[in-house]
Amino acid sequence: MKAIAIRDNSNSRNTKNKIFLGIVIFFSLLTILPIILIVGELVVKGIGQINLSFFTEAAPDTLQAMVAKANGETIPGGIANGITGSILIVVLAAVMAIPFGIITGIYLYETPGKRYSNIIRDIADILQGVPSIVLGLIVYLWVVKYITHSYSALAGSVSLAIMMLPLIIRSTEETLKMIPGTLKEAAVALGVPYHKIILRVLIPSSFSGLLTGILISISRILGETAPLMLTTLGNPRINWDITHPTSAVPLLIWQFYNDPNMVELIWSSSLFLMGFVLTLNIISKRISAKHSIH
Amino acid sequence: MNENIIEVKNPVLSIQNLSIAYDKGGKYAVKDVSVDVKRDSITAIMGPSGCGKSTLLRAINRMHELYPNIVTEGKILLNDEDVYGMSTIKLRRKIGMVFQRPNPFPTMSIFDNVIAGYKLNGIRLKKSEREEIVETSLRDVALWDEVRESLFKKGTFLSGGQQQRLCIARALAFKPDVILLDEPTSALDPVATARVEDLLVELKKNYTIVLVTHNMSQAARISDNAMFMYLGELVEYDKTKTMFTNPKDSRTEGYLTGEFG
Repeated sequence: MKAIAIRDNSNSRNTKNKIFLGIVIFFSLLTILPIILIVGELVVKGIGQINLSFFTEAAPDTLQAMVAKANGETIPGGIANGITGSILIVVLAAVMAIPFGIITGIYLYETPGKRYSNIIRDIADILQGVPSIVLGLIVYLWVVKYITHSYSALAGSVSLAIMMLPLIIRSTEETLKMIPGTLKEAAVALGVPYHKIILRVLIPSSFSGLLTGILISISRILGETAPLMLTTLGNPRINWDITHPTSAVPLLIWQFYNDPNMVELIWSSSLFLMGFVLTLNIISKRISAKHSIH
Repeated sequence: MNENIIEVKNPVLSIQNLSIAYDKGGKYAVKDVSVDVKRDSITAIMGPSGCGKSTLLRAINRMHELYPNIVTEGKILLNDEDVYGMSTIKLRRKIGMVFQRPNPFPTMSIFDNVIAGYKLNGIRLKKSEREEIVETSLRDVALWDEVRESLFKKGTFLSGGQQQRLCIARALAFKPDVILLDEPTSALDPVATARVEDLLVELKKNYTIVLVTHNMSQAARISDNAMFMYLGELVEYDKTKTMFTNPKDSRTEGYLTGEFG
């Protein structure tokens, strides 16, 4: 009798498990649906414009685009001025933000619970919440007006660096926290001085985590448009001078959006940006999976 | 002098009236401990959780100073030199330490792990010196034959027991006077534990070993002298055999017979 009762019970439990599993799968499919739809839409609408000149030539002017459209051809030119500009601005921002962010993150990790480090952590969190357009305004005031005296790549990268900073600080702190304390003890027990423990044990051991944090923060700022409108303005030509106005991929998308002749280019540029960010995300996930320390 | 604490002639370590509190004015984790450690032997420190045995062990190479508000009173002499007057770099070259969980440096190869103490302290060695130190240290821990083909693989690929022996080799690389072990086998399986125990018995020919252990039978198997600590006090210190067969203090007897702990 007892055995039968147990079997009955397990049957109903199995059914419940299956229903629950079905619900879980349904909702998780629902959450990945938007990304599939977005990528699908961008590919369908944007792939037609993507060819070699898309990567090597600067954006066309509205007249060229209009003529091409009237003749039923694809719009000439590409977004090379945006790609090079984005690279310039983001690399510059990373060069500014990474050292500060990592050093601050190490400080927060080393002094948990101290009043000063709590204040810094709170400020970093607040910084993360500052609207990017406000950052753009402030940097316009500081850099555009007083340092470069014109819209410039430098100004854009300062505003993006400020956006990156809190992300890197927090990811550094979280990564270091995941390193087992026994590793630090091992180094201390060998008489290794404090600064060498940080430089030669903690940072190498958390390298993949730090790199992941950096890549994620870069992919976060790659698509920023608002602060760039107020700081780098845009440039129809490829520019490598950091004191001059410079274009960037998201700025180009905004310009294409405002020009009825160039609507097609919105999709290809968006596809490019999306692909780039996705690739960065995938790389960072791979790195953190491959080099994780148990 | 407490009559339950034996005296040792020509000790390597002499701990004198050592008291440690984790906070100024707070409770003492180690209370007025005076004890000498015998040269070239294994000394076990036993006692229930929270009795201060790990704190005592860590005070010997000043690892306990990692805690911010620690208060230390008393003296520890290493071959008649006060460890609290030495630089920690020098001290920790003379007193090696092995921890509960094997902790090889995950970014370093087996080879580099053995000489990590030299590398991380920026001490330059000739290639031949490096190779000699690595080989002797790994031979000392009976790991050489197992890893000689894979010296440049990461240390974390080894099994837990091998990793722990690698960590002992890392401590031996400095040719220390004393090796401190904080429950070195508590994360290992019985076979690996037996190997580490055999190794320690072998090592005591050339090194003084101080071992904290939760495992009474381990202390009985391998130690020459044993300390029993209770609530921060050193209750009894004697030859291990004497302590296990004829404990002088009732608290020691209670612990050894499993009444508490």
